[in-house]
Amino acid sequence: MIENLTQSFAPSASVSMAANLLWLIPALPILASGVIALLQQPRRKTSAALAIGALSLSLLLSLFAFAHVVNGWLHGIATREVVNLTWMQSGATNIDLGWILDPLSAAMILMVSFVGLLIFIYSVGYMEHDPNFTRFFCFLSLFAGAMLGVVISNSILLLFMCWEIVGLTSYLLIGFWYQKPSAAAAAKKAFLTTRVGDVFFLLGIVWLFAQSSTLLFYNHGAGSLEPLALASLLHQPAAFGLTAAGAIGLLIFAGAAGKSGQFPLHVWLPDAMEGPTPVSALIHAATMVAAGVYLIARVYPLMAAGALTGGTTTALTAVTWVGAFTAVFAALIAVAQNDIKRILAYSTISQLGYMMAGLGMGGVAVGMFHLITHAFFKALLFMGAGSVIHGSHEEQDIRKMGGLRKLMPLTFLNYAIGMLALCGFPLFFSGFWSKDGILEAAQHWSVAKAPFYMLVFGALLTAFYMTRQVSYVFFGRERGEKPAHESPRVMTVPLAILAFFAIALGAIGTPAWPWFRAFLEGRAANFDWSGFAEPGLLALMGVSTLVVFLGLGLGWALYGNQSPQPEAADVLEKAAPPVWLALRNRLYVDEFYGATVIAFYYQWARFADWLDRRIWGGAVTAVAATFSLGARLNRFLDTNVVDGGFDKGCEELATGGGLLSLVQNGRVQTYLRLLALAVVALIVLLIWSSRA
Amino acid sequence: MTPLTCYLLVAALLFAIGLAGALIRRNAILVLIGIELMLNAANLNLIAFWRYGPHPELLTGMIFAIFSIAVAAAEAAVGLALVIHIHRHTKTTYLDQINRMKG
Amino acid sequence: MNIAFYVSAVLTLAGALASVLLKNKVHCALALTVAFTGLAFLFLNLNAQFAGFAEIMVYVGAVAILVVFAILLIKGSETPLHGAFSRSWPIGATIAAGIFALLGWAVIESASHLPKNTPTHAVTVDQIGQALVYRYVLPLEVVAILLTVALIGAVIIALHEDGRTQ
Repeated sequence: MIENLTQSFAPSASVSMAANLLWLIPALPILASGVIALLQQPRRKTSAALAIGALSLSLLLSLFAFAHVVNGWLHGIATREVVNLTWMQSGATNIDLGWILDPLSAAMILMVSFVGLLIFIYSVGYMEHDPNFTRFFCFLSLFAGAMLGVVISNSILLLFMCWEIVGLTSYLLIGFWYQKPSAAAAAKKAFLTTRVGDVFFLLGIVWLFAQSSTLLFYNHGAGSLEPLALASLLHQPAAFGLTAAGAIGLLIFAGAAGKSGQFPLHVWLPDAMEGPTPVSALIHAATMVAAGVYLIARVYPLMAAGALTGGTTTALTAVTWVGAFTAVFAALIAVAQNDIKRILAYSTISQLGYMMAGLGMGGVAVGMFHLITHAFFKALLFMGAGSVIHGSHEEQDIRKMGGLRKLMPLTFLNYAIGMLALCGFPLFFSGFWSKDGILEAAQHWSVAKAPFYMLVFGALLTAFYMTRQVSYVFFGRERGEKPAHESPRVMTVPLAILAFFAIALGAIGTPAWPWFRAFLEGRAANFDWSGFAEPGLLALMGVSTLVVFLGLGLGWALYGNQSPQPEAADVLEKAAPPVWLALRNRLYVDEFYGATVIAFYYQWARFADWLDRRIWGGAVTAVAATFSLGARLNRFLDTNVVDGGFDKGCEELATGGGLLSLVQNGRVQTYLRLLALAVVALIVLLIWSSRA
Repeated sequence: MTPLTCYLLVAALLFAIGLAGALIRRNAILVLIGIELMLNAANLNLIAFWRYGPHPELLTGMIFAIFSIAVAAAEAAVGLALVIHIHRHTKTTYLDQINRMKG
Repeated sequence: MNIAFYVSAVLTLAGALASVLLKNKVHCALALTVAFTGLAFLFLNLNAQFAGFAEIMVYVGAVAILVVFAILLIKGSETPLHGAFSRSWPIGATIAAGIFALLGWAVIESASHLPKNTPTHAVTVDQIGQALVYRYVLPLEVVAILLTVALIGAVIIALHEDGRTQ
């Protein structure tokens, strides 16, 4: 179902205090980050207190803003309050910044600040033994501020700036343990891969700005996402039969694909697991990777522009196909991985594919609901994995763990809840409702049925690999070298909180009470059991339940309590070695890139180096040589001609003076002679001149 | 060759000889002698021009020559007194060595 | 030109040459006297009797004696230790020759413009005296003062200074 652009509520008129104070929400963590940057390393308590305090304040403000929007919703107002400022002016063009308070941004900032705060608290325990504690919180706080900035931004330029800061902090945090070469390389890879996406994003921004001559999304009718601008974009043809709107949409999606790890720009996400686990939880599960999805949700009017009712646009179709493909692709690879975090990383890529597919087929509410639920249970899973790693004395290979159910009961319980939510275990877990929303949208998609089957297959795989992981880690006998221990409360309490939400959030997305959808779209929501009575809905729920149980059962049957030895081959590996090997090697995408893009780039870099050293360097050397020659010539001239000439002249003068001084010898006869000589000369001159 | 020309040539020659003497001789007194000869040559010139020139009744040349003689006498006296004085101081009349005016 | 002129001219020039070329200073002084005498004769030839006699009286009678006195006072009668002529005498000779050449050339060049023969004019001492007192009285007085000054000056210069010399 395509989003119906008309809203049933009336738009809000004035700008509330919540909207005016909205800028504080990102500003406080950024400020805290700046202050922490000036602190010395040993001041751990201060840095943690600053970061957590700033984000708590942001959370309070987010709650306040969210409450304001909910209040508006309750009174039948569709909130969309913008505060715009002009940053710079260049002739007639204005460079505008601004922020927006609407249901989408309100929900997102609440989620980001809440999950972020929990992870901050978790990090206090996790990073306790790390010497660079202060630096960690500085970067983490900067990240949180930038992410919140992306969310509230009403200007595509401000969004891009915060987007880049998010990318930067991601780089800094992935490469936090930069002494490890693999971590430094992973950070570089993340940055460069997302950069590729960002180039297309920037192109989209520039085109959009040129076309609509405004950077603001919403500006009381003059924004780029408002009907006037969209109409002009639709009438502008671009290449390959696309309109400008479609082309810009595709470009922006390319940027989102980079940040959200869609195929083919997904390669950085698994390597990003080199960073500390809280980083993986916050950035690569809940927030940064969600920024791409959020971006598409934000510019959805542009993506969906020109769609006939019931139909779809090129941009959205592309989003759907890429999302669906990524979902299956990543799930397949996840089956064959042995690192606990890497499985979760591929799972994240897969779930992001789901979100994109949901956006493409079902609209903003469908995709965003899955994003919100996914944030909670994926953060829970990552933090749980961190707890497991911490408890297993920094062991990350699942084949070397086992039986942790008894040794780390709290972690197991929370992890299990997260895992079931991810698999979409029916009814009680939020993942079921959010994934079902996507499946329902896929089922009714007008273009093709294939994404639906792909997503169902993906759900099967998800259940399968998660069961595999859980049975390796928590069931069976211990295979670790040292006995594991439970983690401290500062780490398990946030787990519990997240687990609660992993269950509870399901309630706002059921067909009986589609509160989230109604909230985002500005419609009334009534609790109505007849929502379940929609044709095909119960059948779909049955199908997805069947798939989940199938996956769980299969996984249990193959892996269950068996706990094979680490060196032994996996069950599936014995069954189909080449397939297993291909999946194990991540379907060779990295190798492909290495052979093509990187190789080409390396050659180009070598050529550029040659050019630089020989041609430009040569030119510079030649110029320098010319100058040097000129200087030498100048010195030669100076010494020999100027100085020499002058010296010679003085010498001659002295000699001449010496010679002339001989005349002044004090002898009378000399003077007399000279007198007579002068007289002769004068008279000759006189006669000559008078005769001439 | 008019008489005047002859006299003038004699005077010129006498003047040259006197000059040569003043320029060549080492002794101061002999230089003074040369100077006297030059003066006399000039006197001869004056008288010759008075005799053969216009208006001899004005006696210009004659008077000029008389005054010249008088002045020459005075000058000779003073000059020789100076030479004697210098000789007392420097014990020499060798002109090359009297170079106190050097510099 | 009469013979008297030639004789007087030769006398004058010979005397002059001698006074310039001789080594003995006293001989030079005496040759000078001869030159002066020749000059006096030349003056007489030119009908300037007063000048001629004044020449003899002043030059021969006073200046030449003065020169001799000076030579004798500075013991110039001995043969000189160094040569009679300075080391660079050719330069002086050249310059003098140059002067003569110049003057000679001037005289001969202007010979055509010079008056040929004018009648003589008798000059009496009375006329000279009249001229001196009436027409040239100022130069007369000045010369008188000059002579006085020269006299006093010469005496002062040649005076022995007490205790300072010898």
